[in-house]
Amino acid sequence: MAHFTPLASTVGGMLIGLSAALLWLMNGRIAGISGILGGLLTWPADAGWRIAFLVGLMAGPFIAIALSGWPHVTVSAGTGTLIAAGLLVGFGTRLGGGCTSGHGVCGLARLSPRSITATLLFIAAAGVTVFVTRHALGG
Amino acid sequence: MRPMLSGLAAGLLFGHGLTVSGMIDPAKVLGFLDITGDWDPSLAFVMGGAIPVAALGGVLARRRAAPACAAAFVAPSKTRIDTPLCLGALLFGIGWGLGGYCPGPALASLLWGGTPVLVFVAAMLAGMMLYQGLDRIRSSRALKERSA
Repeated sequence: MAHFTPLASTVGGMLIGLSAALLWLMNGRIAGISGILGGLLTWPADAGWRIAFLVGLMAGPFIAIALSGWPHVTVSAGTGTLIAAGLLVGFGTRLGGGCTSGHGVCGLARLSPRSITATLLFIAAAGVTVFVTRHALGG
Repeated sequence: MRPMLSGLAAGLLFGHGLTVSGMIDPAKVLGFLDITGDWDPSLAFVMGGAIPVAALGGVLARRRAAPACAAAFVAPSKTRIDTPLCLGALLFGIGWGLGGYCPGPALASLLWGGTPVLVFVAAMLAGMMLYQGLDRIRSSRALKERSA
């Protein structure tokens, strides 16, 4: 557990929770990234706040970067794996109606049985995938 | 204008929070998913920090008839645990485990994460469009069957 960061991760999590609370109290919307982005593909009447949120999402890391420098980012997957991963994440989150944020944070906060089910399933599927690629196949 | 400002503020908080939490790094996410390896439980602490604060927002909202900058609260309408939910979650999980990216961190690092994240986001958008296309075909077919 060399890289375990309980304090920073809890504080970062609270900021994410604050974002979800703000979007619900101000806009009456669930802060689910796949839903906010996927919903834009049909160019809906409420595109404005969605675009504003996504602009904020992309600009937000620069606050952290200005405060404490560039974060460590390591991508071990190759191009082919990233393409397969992206297709699965894009298709799967739209079919399942949410991702880590919509189901995993907002849905669990609402104690939604659908979100609890989805979160258990995607964490289990991701865990098995990592086990197979890293250990069973000798990654 | 106000829903856009509050949307922007929420997005900034989300992107900042993802970076502070360390979840912007796919290696850290994979470290959580790799329970039989050098396990990093940090992601559980992110959820532990996020969920109570998000839930507090839900509690505060219960006292209000409508959100501050919109006409109504838009809660998810589906309540049934069905096949699309489960299949979608499984497919998403496999993709998440392959790359270590879920939609939030991928978009948050899009401007500075280099080629890997650009490739991932392009494929993710293609996956979303594929779903949209199949869903359109399915619903137009259902409509035709109903009118026939």
